[in-house]
Amino acid sequence: MRPSVYIPVAVLTACIIAFQIIVSALNREFYLTQLTMSAYYSLVILGLTVLMGYAGQISLGHAAFFAMGGYTTAVLTTYNLAGAAGNPLVKLVVGLGLDTVSTNAYGAQTQHLSPWVSLVVAVCLTAAVAFLIGIPILKLKGHYLAMATLGFGIIVYRIVLGTRMFGEADGISDLPAFRLAGGLAVGGDPGLRVQNYYIAAFLLVAGVILLTNLIDSRPGRALRSIHGSEEAANAMGVNTARYKLSVFVLSAVFACIAGVFLTHFNGGIGPSEAEVMKSVSYVAIVAVGGMANLWGALVMGVVLNYLSLRGYFGSYDEFVFGCILIVIMLFMPEGLLIKENFRILADTAVRIVNKCRAGKQE
Amino acid sequence: MNFLEVKGLSRSFGGLRAVQEVSFSVEKNAIKAIIGPNGAGKTTLFNLISGALPPASGQVFISGSPIHGLPPHRIARRGISRTFQNIKLFSRMSVLENVMIGRHIRSRAGFLAAMLRLPRTKAEEREIRETSMDILSLLGIGDLADQEATSLPFGKQRVVEFARALATEPDLILLDEPAAGLNIHETAHISEMIMKIRRRGITVLVIEHDMSLVMNISDEIVVLSSGKKIAEGAPAAIQKNGEVIRVYLGEGDA
Repeated sequence: MRPSVYIPVAVLTACIIAFQIIVSALNREFYLTQLTMSAYYSLVILGLTVLMGYAGQISLGHAAFFAMGGYTTAVLTTYNLAGAAGNPLVKLVVGLGLDTVSTNAYGAQTQHLSPWVSLVVAVCLTAAVAFLIGIPILKLKGHYLAMATLGFGIIVYRIVLGTRMFGEADGISDLPAFRLAGGLAVGGDPGLRVQNYYIAAFLLVAGVILLTNLIDSRPGRALRSIHGSEEAANAMGVNTARYKLSVFVLSAVFACIAGVFLTHFNGGIGPSEAEVMKSVSYVAIVAVGGMANLWGALVMGVVLNYLSLRGYFGSYDEFVFGCILIVIMLFMPEGLLIKENFRILADTAVRIVNKCRAGKQE
Repeated sequence: MNFLEVKGLSRSFGGLRAVQEVSFSVEKNAIKAIIGPNGAGKTTLFNLISGALPPASGQVFISGSPIHGLPPHRIARRGISRTFQNIKLFSRMSVLENVMIGRHIRSRAGFLAAMLRLPRTKAEEREIRETSMDILSLLGIGDLADQEATSLPFGKQRVVEFARALATEPDLILLDEPAAGLNIHETAHISEMIMKIRRRGITVLVIEHDMSLVMNISDEIVVLSSGKKIAEGAPAAIQKNGEVIRVYLGEGDA
């Protein structure tokens, strides 16, 4: 970590702690639930920011990677091992100690695969899929890449919606809590609210530190050079095809990890998580945040997702994100949270104050 | 053995034969110029040598080993760097960061090491920054390090492209019209820089229209016209060559 990262990280950490203290003091801890969810969605957005804003490669299919994480862990950890004790694979899993026992919402004990294992499986699976589809589609540029990733997103959505194993339109529910070390657990129990808030916040802060480190480094510069001029990047010895593939996989893995954790937190996942409008809203938030701006993306990710999850946009939710994307693209292609906008805001404030003063003197 | 050896290089675009059977060689540490009227195939020739375009036929050797058909990033690793006719600096990056990209092939850090900022990555990053800064100072633009590269005046952007190409520590540098669009002072500065580059032991292949620059700095000149080599030799000989005069000035004036 460098000095330029200390300050925003310190401010963010202070905000996270302050919010929890205030909310707990006001006996309004339920606000933390949506904030926890927003933090996980923001993790998807951070990964997408590196892909889109820095490397200049659009993806309209990131909800699919999120869903792959969520559904993988949902399928694996809701499978009752005790019910198939004779299966050699199950025997192996139990023999290796990869299983764990949880108490479900009705107080019954279930024996299932450890979420740690499903997390690893989900990450490997998502990385492999991103790698395999990335090879052909990252040869495309601009609108064509957007269309191809959109197509991929639709395919995953339809698969999830039409497959019995994935619960079809109902999705999968009754996931066990994901017990981390030291008594911490990712789960929907109201008693776990505060610690889940901190787990999500920790992942988000860790994510933003890792990615800001990446951006200001040899591979980070290589990614940004692709955005600037792919031809010149190649001439300087940057293997642009490989870097584009790596960053695509990296951002898919961020989405997948967010998917795994949020699904355990929510206790279930439905096909709406894989919907194309989900991907569009991720892209919209990256754009509002300022494209090549991790902190902008983080702030807008938390704020907009929180407003959306608390239902402030009501049934106009998709409409709102669609409009945000159009307005940003048309009028603020550099994003909302950029220095110039702050300056305009400051100038306007000064002018209003001056006017008020002039009015008083008359 | 010649340092750069180009043998029978050809490439067409549809019906246009942009480069036809061009052969020439460049000695180690020489400055060789490629001149010719617009559309003679000079930039295409550069693209074929640097790998930006694969040649339809022909071969390119560097110190005797073949490089034709390799992708451009692998050719860069063989010690060939280039600048572009229509400057291609990386936007949204500072002058220093642009030059630091030049150190890409001389450094190793991958995604994981960079994200975790391991000690050896930090040390490498320091080396990249210092070397890049030294090159900027050498070319006299150290004070511009933190400026956004694409917001600089044209002449300065050219120098940044030079610095970026030099940062790769090339054995051969391809300069595509380094003086295009520059005024007489800036051109003199570029000429000085090319001589500076040569003194560092680098071989230079340069496309240029500014004849006084070409005649001043080059050891040898290759003349292209309509994709074919029509003459090759020392500047004085090229100036007297009837075919070259005909191509440049037209039939009646020769």
